[in-house]
Amino acid sequence: MSDTPSLVRFVDIQKSYDGESLVVKNLNLDVAQGEFLTMLGPSGSGKTTCLMMLAGFEPATHGEIFLKDNPINKVPPHKRGIGMVFQNYALFPHMTVAENLAFPLQVRNMDKSEQKQRVDRALDMVQLGPFGDRRPAQLSGGQQQRVAVARSLVFDPDLVLMDEPLGALDKNLREQMQYEIKHISENLGLTVVYVTHDQSEALTMSNRIAVFDDGIIQQCAPPEVLYEEPENAFCANFIGENNRFLGKVSEDNGDTVKVDVDNDAGTVIAKKVNVGGVGERSTLSLRPERVTVNPEPGSLPNIFNGVAEELIYLGDHIRTRFTVLGHDDFIVKIPNSADHAHLEEGGTANIGWTAEDCRALDPSD
Amino acid sequence: MATAEAENEVITTADGVPLKESLKKALWQRKKTALLLVAPLFLFVLITFLIPIFDMLIRSVDNSIAGEQFPRVVVEIRDWDLDSTELPDEATFQALIEDFKVGAEEKTISRLGRRLNYEKSGMSGLFRKTARKIEKLESPESATAAMIDIDKKWGNIETWRLIKRESGKFSSSYYLAAFDAEKNSDGSFSMKSEDQQVYISLFWRTIRLSFTITFLTIILGYPVAYLLSTVKTKTSNMLIILVLLPFWTSLLVRTSSWIALLQKEGVINDILVGIGILSDDNRLAMIHNEAGTVIAMTHILLPFMVLPLFSVMKTIPPSWVRAARSMGATPFTAFWRIYLPNTVAGIGAGGILVFILAIGYYITPALVGGTKGTLISNFIAYHISTSLNWGLAAALGTILLLLVLALYILYDKVVGINNMKLG
Repeated sequence: MSDTPSLVRFVDIQKSYDGESLVVKNLNLDVAQGEFLTMLGPSGSGKTTCLMMLAGFEPATHGEIFLKDNPINKVPPHKRGIGMVFQNYALFPHMTVAENLAFPLQVRNMDKSEQKQRVDRALDMVQLGPFGDRRPAQLSGGQQQRVAVARSLVFDPDLVLMDEPLGALDKNLREQMQYEIKHISENLGLTVVYVTHDQSEALTMSNRIAVFDDGIIQQCAPPEVLYEEPENAFCANFIGENNRFLGKVSEDNGDTVKVDVDNDAGTVIAKKVNVGGVGERSTLSLRPERVTVNPEPGSLPNIFNGVAEELIYLGDHIRTRFTVLGHDDFIVKIPNSADHAHLEEGGTANIGWTAEDCRALDPSD
Repeated sequence: MATAEAENEVITTADGVPLKESLKKALWQRKKTALLLVAPLFLFVLITFLIPIFDMLIRSVDNSIAGEQFPRVVVEIRDWDLDSTELPDEATFQALIEDFKVGAEEKTISRLGRRLNYEKSGMSGLFRKTARKIEKLESPESATAAMIDIDKKWGNIETWRLIKRESGKFSSSYYLAAFDAEKNSDGSFSMKSEDQQVYISLFWRTIRLSFTITFLTIILGYPVAYLLSTVKTKTSNMLIILVLLPFWTSLLVRTSSWIALLQKEGVINDILVGIGILSDDNRLAMIHNEAGTVIAMTHILLPFMVLPLFSVMKTIPPSWVRAARSMGATPFTAFWRIYLPNTVAGIGAGGILVFILAIGYYITPALVGGTKGTLISNFIAYHISTSLNWGLAAALGTILLLLVLALYILYDKVVGINNMKLG
């Protein structure tokens, strides 16, 4: 992202509400022009606070935020030119849809015909052309959501912030809206900062995801990097499904390490990612779809015997829970292919994985 | 054809009973329960509220006292014309003597005298005097002469015109009095002379002060309610207790403390004189006038404004104003175009509550209003307990009730009653 100029820069941002604890601890983040950046994290991780500081509703306790290289800490929200979509849409109930959309244009004293033109265009963009005269309460959740998006875009802001905008929708509608928002932002070349706690939403929509936990960005990377190459145990665990083993490093071979799983359950060879030297504790992380059932003996560095505890048929794959290396929550996704392994509950099988797919990470909790 | 048939066909339940009927049966049980639940309160309200109000409405036009005390005169005088220049005939005077004899014996005749005295002063005296002398009167040759002999006023045609006018079962004279009007001897109406007018200006004052008080409670209560709705729940709970605190002290105590604060030798005047803003002989008159009524009543009615406002503001998410701000609205625009319109329901509810309470308020204006700050309710109380002119009190009360209803309807037309939120 170094080739495009950054639109937003957070520099050494800290934020505290009570003067006793930091909600955001030393945040440094650049958002490039045209980028769709998602702040992902559990509630209380500081992501919404960051968004509110960017929008101007919360002052930063320390540090500076730059918008187009101008410091904006002292700029009031209405002069920042940032569009925003709120969690519960925040549509004005006493105005019609068209009046809602015209509001940002009215406060800019735009002339009436231009206003109307823009409102119509925005309504068409979200396929709500005939709904201009309705009140927000007369629309469905998805329609209200679209109005909120259209309203945040109608005055051509430099930047659009979205604060968990799809949280109130049901699953199907949420997925549909994810694509819709993604397409709109791509078509218009928008710069979007999006906050969510839903990891699949983040993966679907973003160019880049900043994973927040405890006021710190744990990792900021494109979705595929984040999923395939998590840098620490929190990211590995928070994004996608993940099998974990806790253990101690017994041998350091440069690219790989050997880790003795706790309770002398066995030794695993794993890729060295984020771990100290011999004797340090580590969390091993392995995606359920990267596990092979009944591999050829010797074909993989890690092969262990496991007991199939539970089989759940999910159509495209069979989700199987094994007891392996003393852990009874080891999940394997067996693809429903023509020659897939047929297991029975209580039966045993060999399961194995490469050292590359098993990442040795920091010892979280 | 098929659809037309289907439309005509009555939908029935499985055993052939029309669906509507069986639904009605099923719902009746629920309705019965609802009625039973409401019944005790309904009876209570009926007996203690609706019937008394109806009685009051009747009393404001009731004139049955004429028929009770003058049963014979009322019949005889029917043939006598109001425009007549001659006294009623002998038969009427005969009836007068008989009625007076009965009335004097039962000692009830003076009531009618008092009633007629409202219309014309001197009538009460005339009736007392006549009642005293009537016992000694024994079958005179000419009843007319005998009565005029007792008091010349019986020979005055105006006396008879008054009796004739007020001989009906119902009378509009209380309402006329309530509007500062009177009946002329020929039966037409005219306004009383200006120095005798009381009630119209009193109604105006009541409305004007009630509006002033309502307006002040909005101005003072709105920021407080806003603060309450924005702080943390724990803090707002404590602040609400402070808002409600006045409810826990006796109304009399609160009003009296205003007297202590506002009077000429009171705390505020002392301070102002003390720091040299006022000279000692220039102390402000802040009590026993309109200002006193407005100050004390604004204070007392403030919670009725704050609470509905608070409950409405509580439902307004901060994101609305934030959304407006993010779209480029200045803080003032965001307030004026987004926040304020959404609190109209609370302003309306609080406003109606305060206004209706203020327009009928009694204790506070009685204590701090002096002569210039009293309201219509104080005069109603006066006529009920001191002058005993219940008919006039009822007429004033009825007018007040209609006034409130009219304003309520006006509010409904302008703002819409469905917009009102009380909590």
